[in-house]
Amino acid sequence: MVASVTSLGRNGLYDWMMQRVTAIVLAAYSLFILGYLVCSPTVTYEQWSGLFAGTSMRIFSLLALLSLGAHAWVGLWTISTDYMKGTGVRFIFQSICGLVMFAYIVWGVQVIWGL
Amino acid sequence: MNNKRPVNLDLTKFSFPLPALTSIVHRITGVVLFVGMVFLLYALDLSLSGEEGFNAVKECMESFIAKFIIWGVVSALLFHMVAGTKHLLMDVGIGETLEGGVLGAKLTIAISLVLIVMAGIWLW
Repeated sequence: MVASVTSLGRNGLYDWMMQRVTAIVLAAYSLFILGYLVCSPTVTYEQWSGLFAGTSMRIFSLLALLSLGAHAWVGLWTISTDYMKGTGVRFIFQSICGLVMFAYIVWGVQVIWGL
Repeated sequence: MNNKRPVNLDLTKFSFPLPALTSIVHRITGVVLFVGMVFLLYALDLSLSGEEGFNAVKECMESFIAKFIIWGVVSALLFHMVAGTKHLLMDVGIGETLEGGVLGAKLTIAISLVLIVMAGIWLW
């Protein structure tokens, strides 16, 4: 088995599984948020902030945020290894992706916890 | 290896089968979502910052540019989700044949187009 040092789980099967598990979490979260917005067009600040203040919603949001990081990493890693043949270019692209993902997670945690 | 074999890497001359096109669009929408996430996170951050920020987001969503950006990101999300669902179905062995692959690609395009139009109607 060929292991790559830059893939998320260092082996393809693990990455494959992570991509699918996180995909289901992200689909569930996206459908929930879209459904909520479609069903309550006249949502007020109290309702909206109340929704995100609940512990269950915070768990769901953090789960989705971490899933986004893992899912996007596997996807962008796949794209970079397919199209970027030069090691330097690929390394820079993957570094930028990793940095942006890390920023999203820190920023997202602040938003979810109202810090 | 016979080096005299003809090589055609001119992508503009390739004939892409439908499943290849949905596959590349799935990748493109994935990148779009990764970039578009900055708008969604910013809007969520502002909307939860207080009554003032919440109203600012609501007001901003009245503008054409904001609606267009959100429609773009939501469209990418809808296509990505439909194409992803097709992937999961194929993972469990549904539609793995050549005919199934083409039908799956057609359904992916049809279902996401309907959803994207519905999202546009919802936003405007």
